[in-house]
Amino acid sequence: MEEFIQHLINGLSLGSIYALIALGYTMVYGILQLINFAHSDVYMMGAFIGLYSSRFLGIQEKPGLLSFISVLFISMVGCSIVGFLIERLAYRPLRGAPKLNALITAIGVSLFLQYSGQIVFGATPQSFPNILEDADLLALGGVHLTLFDVTIFMTTLSLMLILRYIINSTKLGKAMRAVSYNGQWASLMGIPVNKIISMTFIIGSALAAAGGILVGMKYPKIEPLMGTMIGLKAFVAAVLGGIGNISGAVLGAMIMGIAEEFVVGYGASTYRDALAFGILILILLFRPAGILGKLNVEKV
Amino acid sequence: MDFLFNEYILSMIVYCGVNIILAVSLNLVNGFTGQFSIGHAGFMAIGAYLSAYLGMNFHTPFILNTILGGLASAAAGYAVGLPSLRLKGDYLAIVTLGFGEIIRVVLLNIDAVGGARGMYGIPKDGGFFWTYGWAVATIFIISQLMRSTHGRAFLAVREDEIAAEAMGINTTKYKVRAFVISSFFAGIAGALFAHYLCYLNPSSFGFMKSIDVVVMVVLGGMGSITGSVIAACIITLLPEALRPLQEITKIDFRMVIYSLTLIILMLTRPKGLFGNLELSDLWKKYVKRHS
Amino acid sequence: MLNGTHNKEVLIDADKVTIKFGGLTAVSEFTNKIVSGELVGLIGPNGAGKTTLFNMLTGVYKPTSGVIKFCGTDTLKFKPYELSQKGISRTFQNIRLFKELSVLDNIRIAAHQHTSYSMVESLFKSPRMRREENKIKDMAFDLLKIFKLQERAYEEAGSLPYGQQRRLEILRALATEPKIMMLDEPAAGMNHSETHELMETIHKIRDQFKVTILLIEHDMKLVMGICERILVLDHGVLICEGDAKTVQKNPEVIKAYLGASYEEIIC
Repeated sequence: MEEFIQHLINGLSLGSIYALIALGYTMVYGILQLINFAHSDVYMMGAFIGLYSSRFLGIQEKPGLLSFISVLFISMVGCSIVGFLIERLAYRPLRGAPKLNALITAIGVSLFLQYSGQIVFGATPQSFPNILEDADLLALGGVHLTLFDVTIFMTTLSLMLILRYIINSTKLGKAMRAVSYNGQWASLMGIPVNKIISMTFIIGSALAAAGGILVGMKYPKIEPLMGTMIGLKAFVAAVLGGIGNISGAVLGAMIMGIAEEFVVGYGASTYRDALAFGILILILLFRPAGILGKLNVEKV
Repeated sequence: MDFLFNEYILSMIVYCGVNIILAVSLNLVNGFTGQFSIGHAGFMAIGAYLSAYLGMNFHTPFILNTILGGLASAAAGYAVGLPSLRLKGDYLAIVTLGFGEIIRVVLLNIDAVGGARGMYGIPKDGGFFWTYGWAVATIFIISQLMRSTHGRAFLAVREDEIAAEAMGINTTKYKVRAFVISSFFAGIAGALFAHYLCYLNPSSFGFMKSIDVVVMVVLGGMGSITGSVIAACIITLLPEALRPLQEITKIDFRMVIYSLTLIILMLTRPKGLFGNLELSDLWKKYVKRHS
Repeated sequence: MLNGTHNKEVLIDADKVTIKFGGLTAVSEFTNKIVSGELVGLIGPNGAGKTTLFNMLTGVYKPTSGVIKFCGTDTLKFKPYELSQKGISRTFQNIRLFKELSVLDNIRIAAHQHTSYSMVESLFKSPRMRREENKIKDMAFDLLKIFKLQERAYEEAGSLPYGQQRRLEILRALATEPKIMMLDEPAAGMNHSETHELMETIHKIRDQFKVTILLIEHDMKLVMGICERILVLDHGVLICEGDAKTVQKNPEVIKAYLGASYEEIIC
């Protein structure tokens, strides 16, 4: 039982991180129908911006809430810029081009970030600075609830609430929903579609940056290729929940995180990467739209 | 043919041949039938591993291993294709991606084929003539198919599935056929690769390898066999051609240049190098202009 | 008057066909029979359910309830391609040509169902393949001549002007050698004289190819001219059926089109 609860806590913690990244995938897909492969590398950039900014500020050995928040903030801003530039320079010129082209470009951008990252940051893993001291908040028998788990969970939750507010209650959010419903019509209604798309990338990238910081804290080795696997899994989470659907992405991410922790916890750790795709294939075969998604039926 | 005796150059040429088979066969699915597979490396892995396993443990003849490897991949193509072809576009892409990853992870966990250590001591076989024999066969078979009513059925599926159905084409059947044929050749390519390199590792068949093949197809031009052939050679040789740069600067710029080239090509030549034209079409155009 | 047909086989037999999308009943209890050799017009205002009915008859949508029989067999268990092979062919309201393929290939694809050579045969060009390919090609050019498209045989279908694309779609439907051909607004986007000419040709096609035709048209006047029997659909309900004169006088039809009865407008 203790073991079970521990796995559940770890799973929720991992799921929260997946959720932050999955949101970026799902938002961009919702609006552009593009699998933004570079998103996982924006997340990697988030971790590295965190690393360098804390060095620059001289707080890499001064753990505390203030350090954490300032690094988180800088990294989110930095990644917003990265996300904005990616969209502006690589994706916008391809608007209206065949989907496969956009996808290949996305892969190109992803490879570019990874390998220029290897040159700039170095290919060997680096230690993430100690911006928050981990501690057991609760230790009941074998169950440990650590400060990191709570921080991860709280950060994700608050960002999620902010996102929810933006999407449901602001003018920007309304415009985003309109564009995702139909870009052409939205543009006819006077919505500046390109601006909205930029905003989507900015928001999605900021969330990914938060994911990068949280992962850096919890698993403190970061390297330029760290995004690939976690990115694929976050994407799977988005599809699982129903791509284009915000709550779906969170739900899918939680399911993925928990399922993965249990597979690892109960001894099948070598199959942890296959699990994600196994779930995915089952979902797509039996409920192609994902758990919360709606399938578009082509009009004849 | 003196250059064939330089081991390094010969290996480059053989890898070009392997990639030609992969790219041309994937073009049948992605270019001609308009489906979206990004798991070709998975099918290649099945052929490679089966063929190598047979060769090592049963000492069966090379040609038999190759063909059995191809057939196993084709069977996998059928198994993956039939249920997943109800899915369209991106969804299909994700399933094929997932399938490729699952194959890789499963191979990592099978001790009989070496798991993560890889598989050593595969009997050396194949080489230039076998590889190019198969490459020519692939090109011939797929281009002949495309000149028949079956080829037109593939194209109809790509252009408009609903209209194709209304014209009496069993779109599911043709999608599965494309998958099966394409996987068969991927398996062949895998077998050739395995017996040439004499060593296999699951990491050679990861997501990046699948992407490499997709890039060859798109770069060459979707639906152009000529394009696939040329792009396969470019993608194989480009990193090698950039090797001197690495030696001078001591920094590995190759992947950065590769990715930048990819982005710039997509932005400037979205239809790939050849669009959907073949060498024969270009020749006709040339003749027209000069007559 | 069913000219030119001696054996009046019932091709389409629809019985209480109903389809619902969510809460909306798009077509409600449609019951009718179409006999071989007929040229039937299906009219009705926008959103009346005409195209939905087409989609059910061709197997794209499955009715929520009701039975559709084609030549006596229940169509519901068949997919669109199987119905096409049984002899139901169609065009689409928003043209669905194979745009990047040549005009000729568009027609040849429709003839695919009449080829029998295998994939293996196509590798070495078997005599059967040559024979069948030649036959298809001749047939295709014969068809193209109907609308004088033979000179554009090797052009991309998508590059044709709009009206010609519509005509090509009709030819493509014809190339499946159907028993019944369903044309969804074949005259959309054409001017008056073009439409008139098209209707004449459709009439000719019916006689020459002995094919039954069901056509959707928006403009009542045009249908009146060539169809022997007209079905009027409004809000998914078949409100009137008969020849041009009957339909024209029917108050419900007038109401459906004008929103009020003729008398009310006059007065």
